Amino acid sequence: MSETSTLHAGAVGHHDDHGHGHHEQSFISKYIFSMDHKTIGKQFLITGIVWAIIGGLFSVLFRLQLGYPDQTFPILETFFGHWAKGGQIQPEFYYGLVTIHGTVLVFFVLTAGLSGTFANLLIPLQIGARDMASPFMNMLSYWFFFLAGIVMLSSIFVHTGPASGGWTMYPPLSALRQAGDGQKIGTDLWLIAMALFIVSSLLGGLNYISTILNMRTKGMSMTRLPLPIWAMFFTAVLGVLSFPVLLSGAILLLFDRNLGTSFYLSDIVVNGEILPNEGGSAILYQHLFWFLGHPEVYIILLPAMGMVSEILSVSARKPIFGYMAMLGSMFAIAILAFLVWAHHMFVTGLNPFLGSVFVLLTLLIAVPSAIKVFNWLTTLWRGNIRFTPAALFAIGFVSLFISGGLTGIFLGNSTIDIHLHDTMFVVAHFHIVMGVASFFGMFAGVYHWFPKMFGRYMNNTLAYIHFWVTMAGAYLIFWPMHYQGLAGVPRRYLDKKGWVSFNQFADLDKMITVVSIIVFAVQLMFVFNFFYSIYKGRKVTTTNPWEANTLEWTTPINPGHGNWVGEIPEVHRWPYDYAKDGRDFIPQTEPVGANESKH
Amino acid sequence: MDIVRNQQKEKMHPHKFTLWVAIGSLIMMFAGLTSAFIVKSNQANWKPVTLPTVFWVSTGVMLLSSLTIQLALRSFKDREMNKYRMLIGLTVLLGIAFIVFQWMGFQQLWAQQITFKGSGGGQFLYVIFGLHALHVAGGLIALAVIFLKGFFGKTKNYSAVPVEVAATYWHFVDALWIYLLVFFMILGKN
Ligand code: HEM
Ligand SMILES: [Cu+2]
Repeated sequence: MSETSTLHAGAVGHHDDHGHGHHEQSFISKYIFSMDHKTIGKQFLITGIVWAIIGGLFSVLFRLQLGYPDQTFPILETFFGHWAKGGQIQPEFYYGLVTIHGTVLVFFVLTAGLSGTFANLLIPLQIGARDMASPFMNMLSYWFFFLAGIVMLSSIFVHTGPASGGWTMYPPLSALRQAGDGQKIGTDLWLIAMALFIVSSLLGGLNYISTILNMRTKGMSMTRLPLPIWAMFFTAVLGVLSFPVLLSGAILLLFDRNLGTSFYLSDIVVNGEILPNEGGSAILYQHLFWFLGHPEVYIILLPAMGMVSEILSVSARKPIFGYMAMLGSMFAIAILAFLVWAHHMFVTGLNPFLGSVFVLLTLLIAVPSAIKVFNWLTTLWRGNIRFTPAALFAIGFVSLFISGGLTGIFLGNSTIDIHLHDTMFVVAHFHIVMGVASFFGMFAGVYHWFPKMFGRYMNNTLAYIHFWVTMAGAYLIFWPMHYQGLAGVPRRYLDKKGWVSFNQFADLDKMITVVSIIVFAVQLMFVFNFFYSIYKGRKVTTTNPWEANTLEWTTPINPGHGNWVGEIPEVHRWPYDYAKDGRDFIPQTEPVGANESKH
Repeated sequence: MDIVRNQQKEKMHPHKFTLWVAIGSLIMMFAGLTSAFIVKSNQANWKPVTLPTVFWVSTGVMLLSSLTIQLALRSFKDREMNKYRMLIGLTVLLGIAFIVFQWMGFQQLWAQQITFKGSGGGQFLYVIFGLHALHVAGGLIALAVIFLKGFFGKTKNYSAVPVEVAATYWHFVDALWIYLLVFFMILGKN
């Protein structure tokens, strides 16, 4: 790895503005096994998009079942054979769909697709570095992710079907091959894919941390870092410290499944067969899982928060309100993220005293969360807002974060959670606060940095349609689920017809399904816009299209490997000097004037 | 142009720094496993495990190898390449010996009916010591590459960084082993 020194003197001195000049590198080393952080970022993004389509499609399929439990869809049988016998989704298949949907969206799309894309793209560009600390490890990180994807994908095609234990993969169900089809080879493949994925995340995270701490350009002190970089930093720290714990949990599960150990299993009878396992604890797995699982939700959210902060400030033409408070609250969130995991386990027989400690720590998260919301709103307040698609998605993010955060406070009270646990209320909570909100952060990021990635703009009309339909759709889909949950509708149930009291929701479920299909279609339109614009979008003609202060907009329109032609610029100020001393914006590279006011 | 070296503000070499963060990550993994051990040792039907003496031999070997790699690093910095090659080679051999002794320890335990059946400290021991041995093996691969480079690599570029990184990692797996040994000595018995 000492070969970083070979990093193309050529790429630095030589670049072409249109990306069509003759390449010094072969196609393979330029686009496939690339070590350029920008290319790796695009690889993560495009792979993430593919996974988002698969995961999204799966949710449409199981929504069909939930909305129309009696209807048959012969076309499903054509595609899925015995899994959709007679055009109806079979129970095993339903669980497989839910499991793969959750896993793929949480890990492959909103972790790898989000952090992988924007940490790679933005860290070197915004801190002023030519590439990552170890471009080679960075490349490995992508290829481990790719491999994880191949293994996960292959699990969908094995005869007994994919893993079906839910994205949390709780034993004893997941530990027993005898328990059902989804617990056979599908679960082993799931575990292997996750192990590869964890390796990928660790390689990426290590790199992000050491790049941010060691490779900033001259003048770029830590408190001059743009907020997306701080967010990526905390994200990487969370990942590096929590993913290995999930890995250890997964290894123990593999042993239980394949070598007959009893880490998680005890006194089990399956289909009349008494298993020899003794002394295991299924709760142990939940501790190991949620020790990662809770930080994971912030691994997903923090990058979105960071990008939203940046985009709101640029769009409002105002400095971000409370930069230091933003750092402080991200820090508090990162610390607390490690101390609240048992709020997912209130009904496991947790000692009530411990339970109340976790209630307290959980509710404490509301404080830094509220600070962030306050700062975003204050940043927008009396701003001269440019409602670009990125700005709309960033504002949408704030709305979703408020709505979902409030329901978190319900769930954080163990007394209320005992009623709400494992109901649709939880599904509504985390989809709004994490799922949709992080997607909004990601969309905002894509619209905002697309010109930097591809030297072209995306189509605005399609982008506005994308925003309004997704915004309205997300609330229409997930808001009613709160009421279902309060009424006791459990999550992950294939069919609720057996409960008279749930019949009242039959029409509501149809409405949710119809809206999901519309929202999914609009996401496909976004994907079309994305790929179409890569080739046919309006060309960017200025290096700084959003009139932003950060360093990525000082690079050429299509930067080569090495990012800057000639010297890396020096930084003289923080990145949020907007509307200052009568000037709209002052880039970070501009020296501080003699009689300039302090911010 | 060297992208790593041309940065103005740089204290520790980024690769060394990355290693330290990676060590933090590995610590979390073994902390997770040993906490799982503690949680589970309170369950019913838990069988304790006593360490066979061969693990003391492997401990000696491991400590010795930490010494040899430290000396190797010093000779590298003093440009005493022959001594360096010999010491690195010795470290590799000691590392292999360590893994062999661990394997013997596993076999002795297995012969004492401490297997994957039932429940108890033995199952954790296989997983935890096994994972540790895998990390030693990973270090051995890196050392083997460095060893070969000592013969064939161009010596005009006298960067000590790869050797320093390898040595730090090696001391880490050594320290980790001591922790695991003490952990099982104290908590494995009850
Ligand atoms: C004030 C802030 C929040 C509080 C107090 C809170 C509290 C909770 C509680 C107590 C649960 C467990 C519910 C149950 O299973 O019975 C839960 C579930 C969940 N929360 Fe939150 N939450 C908050 C914010 C967030 C944020 C910001 C995210 C993500 C970015 C998030 C993601 C999730 C997820 C993914 C689950 C469900 C996991 C599952 O069971 O599949 N939460 N939340
Ligand atoms: Cu949580």
